[in-house]
Amino acid sequence: MNYVKILTNGIIKENPTFVLLLGMCPTLATTTSSMNGLSMGLATMFVLICSNVVISFIKNITPDMVRIPVFVVVIASFVTILQMCLKAYLPAINESLGLFIPLIVVNCLILGRAEAFACKKGPLESLFDGIGMGLGFTLGLTVLGMARELLGGGSLFGIILLPETYNILLFVLPPGAFITLGFLIALVNNFKKA
Amino acid sequence: MKKLESSLSNMVMVLVAVAIITGGLLAWVNHVTEGPIREQDEQALANGIKNVMGTDKLTVTANDEMKSIVDGKEQTFVIHKVNDASGRFLGAAVESTTGGFGGDLKVLVGFDAEGTILGYTILQTAETPGLGAKADKWFQKGGKGCIVGRKMDAAKPLTVNKDGGDVDAITASTITTRAFLKAVNQAYGAYAKQDVDGQSGATRQSKK
Repeated sequence: MNYVKILTNGIIKENPTFVLLLGMCPTLATTTSSMNGLSMGLATMFVLICSNVVISFIKNITPDMVRIPVFVVVIASFVTILQMCLKAYLPAINESLGLFIPLIVVNCLILGRAEAFACKKGPLESLFDGIGMGLGFTLGLTVLGMARELLGGGSLFGIILLPETYNILLFVLPPGAFITLGFLIALVNNFKKA
Repeated sequence: MKKLESSLSNMVMVLVAVAIITGGLLAWVNHVTEGPIREQDEQALANGIKNVMGTDKLTVTANDEMKSIVDGKEQTFVIHKVNDASGRFLGAAVESTTGGFGGDLKVLVGFDAEGTILGYTILQTAETPGLGAKADKWFQKGGKGCIVGRKMDAAKPLTVNKDGGDVDAITASTITTRAFLKAVNQAYGAYAKQDVDGQSGATRQSKK
């Protein structure tokens, strides 16, 4: 399997947000603005890449029966490292994502890739899978965040484009996340068929 | 390389080894980031105090922690006493926490020596975006429910118009408004209470 194929697999064919529908909880909760979606995507990508590579390295010395606890410890360590670094150097992002940073530990995308990919393939392939899936997730969250921010707040990445009278508050609230996600999945499916 | 067998000794060994390695790694990262995190927190608080006291030229003279019983629950207030550039007692910024609509609502309120609200800022919030989250602007000067410049009175706490008070509630967010005003009232309560001991010093200084 060549590396380019692994990379594009995560971004298009098996996009975690629009096709695999993995990690829906942070997807719906943190995409209230494009910036939040983007930073959540990047944060998840960091953890995904690191955990994929490490798990792929230690897959042979991990007995099968304790594989899940070992994976969870590895993932949790990277999430904790990420959170400490964000707190120290990017406090604004840490504040806006809040609780959802520690919750990356239980993002099923990460454990899912560890189980489905990293514990079967080599480190280099796992690295590319992490990058591809991470980019796919980031892309999904950013697009969702942009759609919601534009419809709900009339702006993109904080730049105001529409006057306040055209704002639809619903799209910033949780129901708007479900509606937008549904429409985006339908769009992506339509493109894939065409 | 063949996969390690799932025998008891192997499992224990691997789990212990993973725990030790990750533990060590986390301890190291914690050590590295500890300093910057503390600096960030201090910076955020210092900016908040300047913001709510309405002036940049100030020195914080004391950071008193005060515990007081509110509605049967013990609450902690932090009172940052502030002097202005010439060393006169200016007032205090008080941290106060209540339960809002979505979670804890933590505000920092600045009072002058007479108990007039100089400003406020929200330190921690989990209110609904677009509704309750408007609290950061709503009660500021020029906002619809402006409380800045009001003189606090222990006998007449701030209340929302729906409860017979005179502060306009945030549209569709009466619960957030109530929680916010309660936080402000509690902050004043804590400030007034500790002022009994600090009053003599404060008034003497301001008469000079």
